[in-house]
Amino acid sequence: MSEIEKIIPIEVLRYRPEQDTEPVLQTFQVPFTDDMSVLQGLQYIKDYLDGSLSFRWSCRMAICGSCGMMVNGIPSLSCKTFLRDYYPVGLRIEALAHFPIERDLVIVMDDFIEKLESIKPYIIPKKPRTLIEGEYLQTPTERDAYEQFSSCINCMLCYAACPQYGLNSKFIGPGIMALLHRYNIDSRDGGKAQRMEMVNAEDGVFDCTAVGYCSKVCPKHVDPGNAVNLNKMESAKDYFLRFVMPKGTGK
Amino acid sequence: MSANLKRSNQPIFWLLFGAGGMLSALLGPMLVFITGIAIPLGLIFSPETMSYSHMHAFAHHWIGAGFIWVIVSLFLWHAGHRIFHSLHDVGIHAGTLARIICYGIPLLATVLAARSLIPSLI
Repeated sequence: MSEIEKIIPIEVLRYRPEQDTEPVLQTFQVPFTDDMSVLQGLQYIKDYLDGSLSFRWSCRMAICGSCGMMVNGIPSLSCKTFLRDYYPVGLRIEALAHFPIERDLVIVMDDFIEKLESIKPYIIPKKPRTLIEGEYLQTPTERDAYEQFSSCINCMLCYAACPQYGLNSKFIGPGIMALLHRYNIDSRDGGKAQRMEMVNAEDGVFDCTAVGYCSKVCPKHVDPGNAVNLNKMESAKDYFLRFVMPKGTGK
Repeated sequence: MSANLKRSNQPIFWLLFGAGGMLSALLGPMLVFITGIAIPLGLIFSPETMSYSHMHAFAHHWIGAGFIWVIVSLFLWHAGHRIFHSLHDVGIHAGTLARIICYGIPLLATVLAARSLIPSLI
């Protein structure tokens, strides 16, 4: 390898509850090659410079959704962001915005997990089927309806991007709405009426002000902003049609 | 997350906002051009187009009255809702007072516009 070793300054937001009263920035000089991701930069720091640095990661290929962090203030998957794009100025890495910090780049994600559970992110059959009746069939067109929304990897970048979630974390938020929508429009699902309660609630879909940054930062090309907007109309229909449809509009 | 599942009343305001937004996007620029630029300058239309007698007759026909009522009220519902949510965006945590002002003005204008237009039809 003829390439001369390059060094990039990486500024990392540290928070070690046993010694820091508030988060502080610490700069590391990291040697890197052009194929190194920001995550690999952090791994270099942990392996060779400071073993106490904490961050979440797993797959290194943008499928697990663990390594979301703020890179120069933009919610990013660190495995999908490359050091070469920040050379020679350097970059600043911080914990995902809008979430409490547990330690260094590790955030407390309890709120997200609770919301995820609350929307019942699984298919609730319209009526139970016995094994002998076979599988639930679906046409390619029916599958296409929700496919985009099913790409969500729960990385929470859209929550770090959402100014409304930042102002009021009770807001159900973009990613959860995308997942909720994914199940509601699945032809095999019959749980829409139950999930609409979350959409219609005061902390539901109407806290969104259609900023759209959620959809921009999504690393999996999901369009959570669209899911939120579609559900505003669904919720408005539900609001008025409940008077004429005694059982609610959920199928 | 507290499980606050109380149904939001926002659909009412959101639909009025949406209707007003659609109308203002489609008709707003055209109305500004006709009433604010074209007629005063005598472009395309003669300055007489919006004379008192013409506008009086317009407001006395149910289609004209309906048009004025819809434009005045829905434009204001759109503006009120947008201002209400923008307050939140700029960090003013809008409470009951902001709600009353932002939705009260459109409501008042809707009622007043109807009150002044309906007698002209009878």
